[in-house]
Formats: sequence, C-alpha cells, structure tokens
Amino acid sequence: MVEERRRSVSKPKLNLDPATVRRARGLARKVGRPIVKLAQAHTTVSVERATLRIAGLAGADPDGTPWVNRLADAVRADVGLEHGLALPVWDALLRGEAEDLETLAQKASAGSTRFRLPEGRQAQKARTAARRQVAAGVRRIDARRRERERLISRIGDAPRKPWIYLIVATGDIYEDIPQAQQAAREGADVIAVIRSTGQSLLDYVPEGATREGFAGTYATQENFRLMRAALDESSRELGRYVRLTNYASGLCMPEIAALAGLERLDMMLNDSMYGILFRDINPVRTFVDQRFSRQVHARAGIIINTGEDNYLTTDDAVEAAHTVTTSQLLNEYFAKEAGLEDWQLGLGHAFEINPDLKDSFRMELAHALLARELFPKAPLKWMPPTRHMTGDVFRGYLLDGFFNLAGALTGQGILLVGMMTEAVVTPWISDRDLALQNVRYVMEAAGDCTRTSALHRTGSSPSVPARCWGRPSTCWSASPSTTKDSSMPSPTAPSD
Amino acid sequence: MSSGFETVADAPSSTTGREKRLLRPYGDTTGDGMVQLSFTLPLSSLGPLAKVAQGAAVQLANKMGMDPALVAHAKPMGPDFTFFVVYGRVNHLVDPSVVEIVEREYELLTPKEVNAAIKRTLRRRMVVVGACIGTDAHTVGIDAILNIKGFAGEKGLEYYRELKVVNLGAQVSVPQLVERAVAEKADAVLVSQVVTQRDAHLLNTREMSAAFREAFAPARRPLLVVGGPRFDETMSEELGVDRVFTRGTTPGEVASFLVHRLVTQRRAS
Repeated sequence: MVEERRRSVSKPKLNLDPATVRRARGLARKVGRPIVKLAQAHTTVSVERATLRIAGLAGADPDGTPWVNRLADAVRADVGLEHGLALPVWDALLRGEAEDLETLAQKASAGSTRFRLPEGRQAQKARTAARRQVAAGVRRIDARRRERERLISRIGDAPRKPWIYLIVATGDIYEDIPQAQQAAREGADVIAVIRSTGQSLLDYVPEGATREGFAGTYATQENFRLMRAALDESSRELGRYVRLTNYASGLCMPEIAALAGLERLDMMLNDSMYGILFRDINPVRTFVDQRFSRQVHARAGIIINTGEDNYLTTDDAVEAAHTVTTSQLLNEYFAKEAGLEDWQLGLGHAFEINPDLKDSFRMELAHALLARELFPKAPLKWMPPTRHMTGDVFRGYLLDGFFNLAGALTGQGILLVGMMTEAVVTPWISDRDLALQNVRYVMEAAGDCTRTSALHRTGSSPSVPARCWGRPSTCWSASPSTTKDSSMPSPTAPSD
Repeated sequence: MSSGFETVADAPSSTTGREKRLLRPYGDTTGDGMVQLSFTLPLSSLGPLAKVAQGAAVQLANKMGMDPALVAHAKPMGPDFTFFVVYGRVNHLVDPSVVEIVEREYELLTPKEVNAAIKRTLRRRMVVVGACIGTDAHTVGIDAILNIKGFAGEKGLEYYRELKVVNLGAQVSVPQLVERAVAEKADAVLVSQVVTQRDAHLLNTREMSAAFREAFAPARRPLLVVGGPRFDETMSEELGVDRVFTRGTTPGEVASFLVHRLVTQRRAS
C-alpha cells in the first residue's frame, strides 16, 4: 500500500527527455527484431527437450542420462531436428510403438524404434496428440502459478521493498536447505541457490537430489522440489512468502525454465546475451533458447533477473556504464516480445565503481536512478560490489553500507545482499547475519528518504523535514536540471 | 605487491639479511600484545544461556593464547548460534627473521625488455597456452594475466609482441590442454584455478602436472605455471609445477618469470 502511494506521488528526478527515451527503445527494437525473427524460425535440442519435459517425460537411464536426451538423440538421428520432435514422437506413440513417452524413450535408446516424419492426416493426428499432452503440462505450470498467488495472498508477501536476496551455495542440497531456511528466518525474502560451476556447459539437466557440486548445487528438478517445499514450510512459519531463485542460463536454459515452472520457482536468472558474451555459447542457440525460456517464464509468472552486473565486473564500471543501460534496453525488448510483463523484469545493475574515484557514490546513485527512471515499473535487481572488495572486511562492510544506501535511495526492487567477506570465503553464517544487519539499518534509517522527498516535492507533507533532501542538489546533482526545478516547492533546506 | 613496469627490478632480496627481532601485536602501546578476534559458536546465548556462551568464548580465546580475553560483543544468531567479538592480549612473540617466504627469484622486466630478451635468445616468439581447467568457469584470473586489458594497470601478455598467447578460456579438460600444448609447441602453460571447494584447485593442478609429465619427455615439457587466489606459493614442488602465483600477481611478473626460466636460465645452461 505504502509502496503504491510512494510510486504514485514520486516524480521523476532526472527529467529524462521522453524523446530520447523513445529513441533508445526504438534502437533496441531495431537491434532486437531480426534476432527475434531468427529465433522464431529455429529450434534447438534444448527447446525440443523442454517440450518433452512439459509433456511429462522425466527421469533418467541408469547412467544418469535423462530420458529426454535419449529420446531427442534417437529422433534426431532418424529424422533430424529441423521439424521439431513433436511430430515424429507422437506419430510413434500413435503407431503403438509404446504406450507412453518414457517407454518410447527406453525403446528408442535401445534402438528398437524407428522414427519417421508423418505426413497428411497422420501428421495432423500426431500434432493434435502432441498439443493435447503438452497443453496438459502447460496447465500444470498454470496451476503452480495460481498456487503461488494463493500462497502469497494467504500467507502474506514480503513486507517491504527492496526484497532481500540471499545466496546459498554449498554443493549439497541437504546442506542448502537448512542454510536457506536460516537465511529466510534472518530476513531473506528471496533465496537463490547458486548452481555448480560448469553446469552452464552441460548439455543435459542432471537428475535427482544432488550432494556433489563445486561452488554451488546442481539445478535439478528434484533439488528444485526439495528446496521449494522447505521454503514453503519457512514461509508458513514466518508469515511471508519466501521466493526461490535459480538459473535459466547455459546450454539447458529452456529445460531449466520448464522445470522452474513445474516446480514453482519464483525468479530465474535469465539474460538474453550472457551465454554468448561470457560462456561462449553459440549465439543462435542462445537467442532461440532465450526466447523459449522467457515465454515459459512469462506463462509461469516467474520474475527474471538479467545479468548486467557482469559487464561491470569484467570492465571498468565508469567507462562501461553505457553497456549496462544498452543491455537493459535489449533485455527489456526481448522480454516483452516473449510475453513478460513489466513486473517480471528484474533488470540487473551493480555497484562496481572504483571507490577510490572522487564522487564514486554520486555516480553510483546517478546510474541507479537512471535505471530506475528508465524502467519505472520494473523491479530492478541491485547487485553489490565485488570487484573492489579487497579482503579488508571492515572497508567492505562500509562499501556494502553505501551500496545499500544507494539501493534505498533509488527504490531498487531486489537487493542482493553484499557480503563483507566477498573475495575471501564463501559466506559464513556470521557474514550473512552482519550483512543483514547492515541492510536493515540502512533501510530503516534511510528507506523512507525517497518518500519523504517525493511528498516534500508535492508539498503534501510539510511536517516531514526532508533532511535527506535538505540539499537535493548534493544528492541528486547527477541531474542538474532537477536542482533547478522551479516546479518544486522551495526546499525546506534546514537553515543552519 | 611488486612495482609496476616503470621501475626496473630491485634484485631479489635475500633471506639472510633479516635480523632477529621479537615482536608482539600492537594495540595502542608497544608490547601490549592486543588482538581482536571474531568467531561463531554453535551455541545458544538466549536468556540464561548467555553466560555459558560467553564463558565458552573466553575459553576458546584462552586456548588460543589470549589472556586476559574480553568478550566485547556476543550476539545470538537465531536459537542455535552466537557470534562473538573478543579482544585480548596474546602472550606469543613473533620473529620475522625466521619467516620463510618465496623470494622473487627473477628480475622484473618491462615489456620492452621481455620482448628484447626473447628476440635475442629464442629468436622466435615464445608460445604461451593458458586455460582454466576442470569445471572452473572463472576466467577472471587467466584473463587478467593474458588479456590485453591486463590487470592493475599493466597490460596482459597479449600485449607483448614476442609472446604468442593462446587463451583456451574456461572449463578446459586436462587432455584438451595437453593436446593443444603439443599442437602449439607451447613453451609455457598457464593454468588458473579460482574455485577451491573440496580442494578442487589442488586436485586439478596435480592431475594437470601428472598429465604433462606423462605426455612429454622432461627436457621438452613446457613450463607449468599455476595461479589462483587460494594457492600457496611454496607448494610448487608438491603440485608438480614450476611456479605457483597467488593473489595480486601482475602480468609483468608472469612475463618476467617466463623470461627468467625460458630465456635467461636456458642460456646459462
């Protein structure tokens, strides 16, 4: 409620030129449209396997190779991939090769089934059968979405914005669960389970509950289910729905998106270009997989988080600042095209400017505010400093405090909690506790500054001294035009 | 950290020059021995348990040599854990003269000097193959050393005219790395390891060095260099590599080392 009011009264502070903003969006559309066309005209193994997963094919052979991979490989060897798997697969089922998908996959991997591309009436029948079965899976995803909405209305939502986002990453799902529950108890609104290093380059989704991972835990359907169930328990205990995040990226992003929808994950890291730029994955495959996975997320009511922080961790945050905004615009275009709505766009941004630079905080604030005002309805994902965390944990704690402050002042929607032991150890329990105290203090102390200033500017709350904005020119001086904004009632600058 | 390119190396300092000197930690007075320590005990400090928890923290501090130990801060974290900040005096002395360190055994060269040395002696470009091996997907380390962009204001090895750099990127398997090193006739192989969970960096490095030993005759084996934030410089022998670099290493140091081993020493022998 308060949130709504704040939005409605807050006025733009940067006075972005609407014509320039329109032009930026127009350019993003111009860049993106040919890529969307390409994606519409192609499929990938992972898109096809995701379709099989939505149709209900799960499990793996005794070697751990998922049945979807087995079946997809067999069909591909017989008739190729370019027509999609649905026609040959459901044609085989209609011909009575097997009574269900799993049996068909088993037979196919034993080499006892041949696939063909049906034509005419048979193709029509196969299409209808495929559609019916996949639609049943989509209805399961719809049901999970409704279930989330029901839980949120019954249990309650996160009490405030930004949502506090914490990471667990032990490699062992059974270790992750108590850590995640503890993090939720300590105040996390969103739990992200970091994936094992290297999963992005696996061309299959591992099966079952996993206890072996490096610097993270494998994304599997069973791990998703276990963690979601545990967090449902925590949500009831805490009286607020705790969201679960994982990664739809890398080679299997469409399948992971489908599994996320089926297991009611709430947010997924899902960047339109990350795989190409940072994981050297085939660009065509990435864009095709991206579009499909975003369509699934749109349907499943999942919020995506894009990866703009990566531009700043691999380049200078001042020199490369424009790459963040460019990528946000492209991510927005691709997301909207795939059916995602504004509230689902956790566009990324990070606090990575070298703290030794003069005015570094002012620049951080300006850039964060730019993102806020360019995408006023998107939740925005605010990522903490990592590059300039030196191992001096005391200085790091201060830097994280400034990061939190910038987040509070610019109304970021999702705040990834920074750890003072970044670059030293994977976070200890005490690191998380201290980090959350930092967030809580800043949000309590300064979280209402935006509201104060907005109310103040509309003149509706003269009793609030608007201390923070006593000299708006110092805080928002990134936008010189604002400071001279004559429409603003004269600031009650504390006369000192 | 070492100086940049501009200053030409101070010669490697010797270990023998340090005088015996006994020191205690310094709080605000010479010799007060004061240190601070923070840690968590899996112990509740709610209600009546607070005193027990504090006592346990003091006990730990005492066993670590802090006496007296003052629990400055004890904070319950949930029902099962307590976080402590302890200040106290330690009775230990340290003697810097007996500290063992890996001295920089090579001279720091500028890129110009590196290029000149290679040209003069090798009479061809030196080939360097780099990769992150195993499942490690963090290329930040190898890129800092190899990419032209470099690290800490120094340009990476790609910037050196006389170095041919082949950066294989992340998640390269050991057999792939060996194969590529053979194909490129590598003079040196640089491996970066960032992920250390379950000692992955050590296991991967040992696997890598064993594979190279198997694939090459000792005289023909490329120089093996491994780097990462959690390595210990003294471990090179144990890991079977020629040099270990740790956090904060700059491209110039790596280039200088390569010249030292592949050019200077070879010429001497």
